[in-house]
Amino acid sequence: MVPEAWYLGLSAVLFAIGVVGVIVRRDPLIIFMSIELMLNAANLAFVAFSHRLGSTEGQAVVFFVMAVAAAEVAVGLAIIVAIFRLRRRLSVDDLSLMRW
Amino acid sequence: MGTATFVILAVIAVGSALGLILRRNPIHAALFLAVNLGTIAAFYLALGAEFLAIAQLAVYAGAIIVLFLFAIFVLIPAREETTPDPRRPYRILALPIGAVLLAVLVAVVAMGMRGPAGARTAPDGVQAIARLLFTDYLFPFEVTSVLLLAAMVGALLMSRRREG
Repeated sequence: MVPEAWYLGLSAVLFAIGVVGVIVRRDPLIIFMSIELMLNAANLAFVAFSHRLGSTEGQAVVFFVMAVAAAEVAVGLAIIVAIFRLRRRLSVDDLSLMRW
Repeated sequence: MGTATFVILAVIAVGSALGLILRRNPIHAALFLAVNLGTIAAFYLALGAEFLAIAQLAVYAGAIIVLFLFAIFVLIPAREETTPDPRRPYRILALPIGAVLLAVLVAVVAMGMRGPAGARTAPDGVQAIARLLFTDYLFPFEVTSVLLLAAMVGALLMSRRREG
């Protein structure tokens, strides 16, 4: 039986990789995928804690996180496609419209 | 799950995550993400969350990856990352930031694991989560449906071509 701390360590590694991906990449699609990676790392931590505490509440939270992530991806990808239609380019460095 | 299985799956998970952020081609990135989500589903299974493992495969590996692939097909002409990066010096800063974040997270995990473990009565899988979702979390569960509907309408509205 693997101790839960290992799962939490793996979750920490995946989360850090996701953060680096969000900062390093310029393609909004890949940034989005890195965000999904971070959400999944957090979900893994939830499930590991749920297992450690012998409670199902963590799993319920993960269910809601999944639902919100699905909604977020649908709207986010629609926004990215709309931006692409408008500007014909797709780099986060060009999207400075809302910067003061 | 045995130690060997865990180590193999963890190496696959970390490797696919690294592939996701290192490959230039977004399609490769999406496929690496699918692999990563699959290994996480396997971890859910090992932790006694059978329902979440199946939901992970259906929602993430099924729906979300397909959505990403469709978006990539629509956006294929926008291959932006082939040009040299004008802001490379700033982006290199991500590595120390990531390293510090990882150190902090590992320290927190190490500190938190020193306390006593909980009851460790294995929750009885699907039944337990079903009971929870339809009693204590009934209201959030119903609100989720409204959220999904709003997201669907929003996505339709956003991706519609403007007439005239």
